[in-house]
Amino acid sequence: MTTNALKSKSSTSGQAGDKIFSGTALAAGVLILVTLFAVAIFLLIQALPTFVADPADISGGEGFFAYIWPIVIGTVIAAAIALLIATPIGIGVALFISHFAPRKVAGPLGYVIDLLAAIPSVIYGAWGYMVLAPALVPIFEWLAANLGFIPIFAGPASQTGKTMFTAGIVLAVMVLPIITSLSREIFLQTPKLHEEAALALGATRWEMITMSVIPFARPGIISAVMLGLGRALGETMAVALVLSTGNLIPSLIKSGNQTIAAEIALNFPEAFGLRLAELIAAGLVLFLITLIVNMIARGIIARHKEFSGAN
Amino acid sequence: MSVMTSNKHSATPTPPSRKRNSLSKGKLPRWAVPATAAGAIIIGAALSTLTGFSVATFAIYSAVLFVIAATVITSVVEGKRQGRNAMWTYLIYGSFLLALIPLASVLYTVLEKGLPGMSSHFLFTSMNGVTGAVDNQTVADGAPVLGGAYHALMGTLLITLWATVISVPVGMLTAIYLVEYGKNGPLSKAITFFVDVMTGIPSIVAGLFAAAFFGLILGPNARMGIVAAVALSVLMIPTVVRSTEEMLKIVPNELREAAYALGVRRWRTILKVVIPTAISGIASGVTLAIARVIGETAPILVTAGIASQINTNVFANWMSTLPTFIYYQILTPTSPTNIDPSVQRAWAAALLLILMVMALNLGARLIASLFAPKKGR
Repeated sequence: MTTNALKSKSSTSGQAGDKIFSGTALAAGVLILVTLFAVAIFLLIQALPTFVADPADISGGEGFFAYIWPIVIGTVIAAAIALLIATPIGIGVALFISHFAPRKVAGPLGYVIDLLAAIPSVIYGAWGYMVLAPALVPIFEWLAANLGFIPIFAGPASQTGKTMFTAGIVLAVMVLPIITSLSREIFLQTPKLHEEAALALGATRWEMITMSVIPFARPGIISAVMLGLGRALGETMAVALVLSTGNLIPSLIKSGNQTIAAEIALNFPEAFGLRLAELIAAGLVLFLITLIVNMIARGIIARHKEFSGAN
Repeated sequence: MSVMTSNKHSATPTPPSRKRNSLSKGKLPRWAVPATAAGAIIIGAALSTLTGFSVATFAIYSAVLFVIAATVITSVVEGKRQGRNAMWTYLIYGSFLLALIPLASVLYTVLEKGLPGMSSHFLFTSMNGVTGAVDNQTVADGAPVLGGAYHALMGTLLITLWATVISVPVGMLTAIYLVEYGKNGPLSKAITFFVDVMTGIPSIVAGLFAAAFFGLILGPNARMGIVAAVALSVLMIPTVVRSTEEMLKIVPNELREAAYALGVRRWRTILKVVIPTAISGIASGVTLAIARVIGETAPILVTAGIASQINTNVFANWMSTLPTFIYYQILTPTSPTNIDPSVQRAWAAALLLILMVMALNLGARLIASLFAPKKGR
């Protein structure tokens, strides 16, 4: 813009307005930074008692690390199940909308997927609690009977269906629209000439996709999955409602396990004193994990921005 | 799309009435795929009946059989490459159908279980005085369920309103700073980075932020509407900044330069030229941001508590919102022995919440398309 030269020559009337306005805009920007820093510090202060307290006073009686470790693993397990299910299906749906569906339905379908991403998480949680968990009980029983020798399917299966596996499926349903809408955007940006060149050389549609669309969209797919992972890690209500919590156990079809977000949501309303500090410290750990995941995702997007057009 | 047309040609090379000629040699006839599908469905039904019939196993067996059979037939007749193409095509169609099942089930459940409880009584009464005994009596008498979500609806509207009041000015001014003043300086880079960080904050952590912040000022367990509104604005500000930034960036520079050439001050240019041009996009972005936070549960749980009476003062006492109302009605039913009234209230509230979110989303789309700015060159 060529505004600087003009600004310095204009008359002094209204200069105050300019100063006030730019000052307010600057203040708003700085306010965001200050709030984030201040609040991070407040959170640290509130969590501090956990780290200096006698390990015997912490829940579980063996210090903060022993307390947080199992629920970090639980969080990772839930997110891993969600991604294992949602990634292939999400990419498949995105490919369907971008390259397979007739053009007339592709647009509305994309919009419907975006709308599904907007459904509040508590509704997915309620659905998992009321509909999905009871429906999965026979499957869990079958798994326990036939594949029970694998530790993750060790029986006896939960009779309510409120297990880690159910929570993982609900999370998968929730992150599916995110992965789908982000990867669809990128698939649609594949240069038409690449696709047509592949087809002109006699490639089938699937060969065209593996040769031109997937290589082009790979960084975008990775970042879409990472953003989905960030959502799955931090998701609270689905797990709080669907999982019947307990200690860390390998079996995914028994009640047990816990995630950080659900631990906070379930216990915070009654917590006080050291327990409160503990939960805030757990929140801090969750924040750090999601921060790292999101930064990696954004790093991938930024590095490939110029030719993938992602984000 | 070129992809579509070219493939259609390869699939139907000649009109079916002709005799098979050299062009259609080595191609599957048209009836082959539907015939395979029919066969797969019949065998799938048979297999499923052998192991105790259920719709789920029937669908799974039929789908697996169809994909395998169609792949094998295509491979044998048309060659390995076409076979692989067919397999992936069916798998991708399958993944789409598979994804529709839970999503359709969620919407169906909300409608089926939510509609019976939706009444003017539900909308305009609170849970004040509705205890487990009342619910037990209702079930025993077979009377309509008492108690409603008016208090939660009010809480949702008020907390979201306050979150909007906080986020929109801060978010818009930040975006104006980034686009009009910051120009890639170190400060604007830092702001962009931290706005990105805020986008990824899990909602429960945003709630903890606000709780810790007010906890230090007002003492522990300071729970009220405004704390929840602050927590929601932590989630809302990045969305508002992002969408406003995008919209301000597409305002053509010629408009700004024309205003400057007329001697208009910069702040007046921004207020009178730039923002009116971009206002439709900004409004739709703000609406989407509201839709995002209106359904948040976790931050409300840790900041506003839970209430069964109407509380319209966000600066004192606990408040309920629709999401926390749903959560507590399901997790801790009012009457532990007769959970049906609670379940009915929860799903009616879920239906109400979904309708609000959908209306906001459609509204945003409508605003954006009705008043879309011309994008310039």
